[in-house]
Amino acid sequence: MKNKTVIPIGPFHPLQEEPEFFELVVEGEKVVDINVHLGYNHRGIEKIAESKTFDQMVFLVERICGICSTSHPIANCNAVEEIAGIEIPERAKYIRSIIGEMERLHSHLLWLGLAGHFIGYNTLWMWAWKYREPILELFEAVTGNRNHYAMMKPGGVLRDIKEEDIAPLLKGLNEVEKKIGMLTKAALDDPVLAARLKGVGVLSKEDAIAYCAVGPTARASGVDIDVRRDEPYAAYGLVDWQVITQEGGDVLAKTVVRLLECFESIKIIGQCLERLRKVRGEIAVKVKEIPPGEGIGHHEAPRGETFHYVRSDGSNTPVRLKVRAPTYVNLPTCKVTVPGESVADATLILASIDPCYCCTERIITINNKTGQRELRGEDLLRLCRKKTERIRRKLEK
Amino acid sequence: MSKLWALKKSIWVFHLCSGSCNNCDIEILDCLTPKFDLERFGIILTGSIRHADVILASGAITRKALPRIKRVYEQMPSPKIVIAIGGCACSCGIFAGSYNIVGPFDKVLPVTAYVPGCPPKPEAMIDGVVKVINSL
Repeated sequence: MKNKTVIPIGPFHPLQEEPEFFELVVEGEKVVDINVHLGYNHRGIEKIAESKTFDQMVFLVERICGICSTSHPIANCNAVEEIAGIEIPERAKYIRSIIGEMERLHSHLLWLGLAGHFIGYNTLWMWAWKYREPILELFEAVTGNRNHYAMMKPGGVLRDIKEEDIAPLLKGLNEVEKKIGMLTKAALDDPVLAARLKGVGVLSKEDAIAYCAVGPTARASGVDIDVRRDEPYAAYGLVDWQVITQEGGDVLAKTVVRLLECFESIKIIGQCLERLRKVRGEIAVKVKEIPPGEGIGHHEAPRGETFHYVRSDGSNTPVRLKVRAPTYVNLPTCKVTVPGESVADATLILASIDPCYCCTERIITINNKTGQRELRGEDLLRLCRKKTERIRRKLEK
Repeated sequence: MSKLWALKKSIWVFHLCSGSCNNCDIEILDCLTPKFDLERFGIILTGSIRHADVILASGAITRKALPRIKRVYEQMPSPKIVIAIGGCACSCGIFAGSYNIVGPFDKVLPVTAYVPGCPPKPEAMIDGVVKVINSL
């Protein structure tokens, strides 16, 4: 019988995101199986929501995730509005789309930077995060906060984007577009990066469908789904844009999808801002009461489809809130993408679906025969970087 | 406290997240990137708790993570400094009263400084760390 080794990754790793715990079963260098343990970050949000009013619930769901912190409120408001049968004002629709797409921009840049960090390209990390900073500043100018924008409420939005804000926004986005263009060229023309990411962690179209993958993870495998187009809400049905798909299914394809989506986002925001100049009127309708009933709401978060189900019994608090976040669906895909790859690639593949959790901190290799041996997070990162270095040298020859 | 003088020159921080919305966490990472660039001051985010001087704690503590957090704290070399970042770490924030939350960080670990906010701006975090350095 072959000697199998289990490498636990997590649950605490110093890079962003919530604690998650992975067990890699390895044979030598090759990963043969992977187990995912969730629940370290379980805060009981669905239960807390039952004690909040519908307006307070929006603030609560905003704090499900700090990176897609407007996706959950949009999905939640869509659900509540479906129960109440409200159509939000046109101006509110555009503002919702603008905030949603700006969030996608900052989230994709954040991911690109972290992916660069994991494979040992700290330059890419610093660049991506440097160019993400102006977006956060625009957010601060428009909503008053760098993250957690608190813009949504059932029936519309809380704050207006004023006429005098539009010009600086357009100017800022123009700058950002140039920077992202430069970054895209630099990242995609780089032979080392292409060699490092191509063919790694391939998720086939059949597997993507079988595992119900969503968002960029599915779109990179050639599955053409996007809630923004398939079931339009906010202003997505009113503006002109495209769904980006790639056929590769590997980490490179996921990177390309995310980078190209940034340009689509800028296109959407530009159109929405132009329309905002013409569309006048209220930014929210008054919600008098929420009748008994149930509603569902979607939003295409940067990571994929966010789904909210809300049930009301006619009082001012929901009876049930159910949340399905995109990561929870995308995570099981690593069950097919990671096995067969080397340990050096495992961190990268796990990161490619976008909950960036690459290890570090505390990794123990348990060897069945020789007892226990400790392998720290840095070792795993080092393995990952060594491979990049190897490829670079090979290319230089 | 006399042993702490060495810390003033270069503080290595470890980021411990338990039941946060990872917003404070990305803002902590933001401190390292070109705009704020904490490494100028010798402040480095370290990967291992065994190298850390300061824990930057974010999030209200969940039941499942509690034993792990205690273990992480035990592995930390003395002197141990914990800075609670964000409203959740200071007071549980919006998650107070949940069945799976065992309380803010000061219930579990001795906390040296609090940086409130949801999320605190990177400037506020830097200010918090500087205040801790000055108090040593």
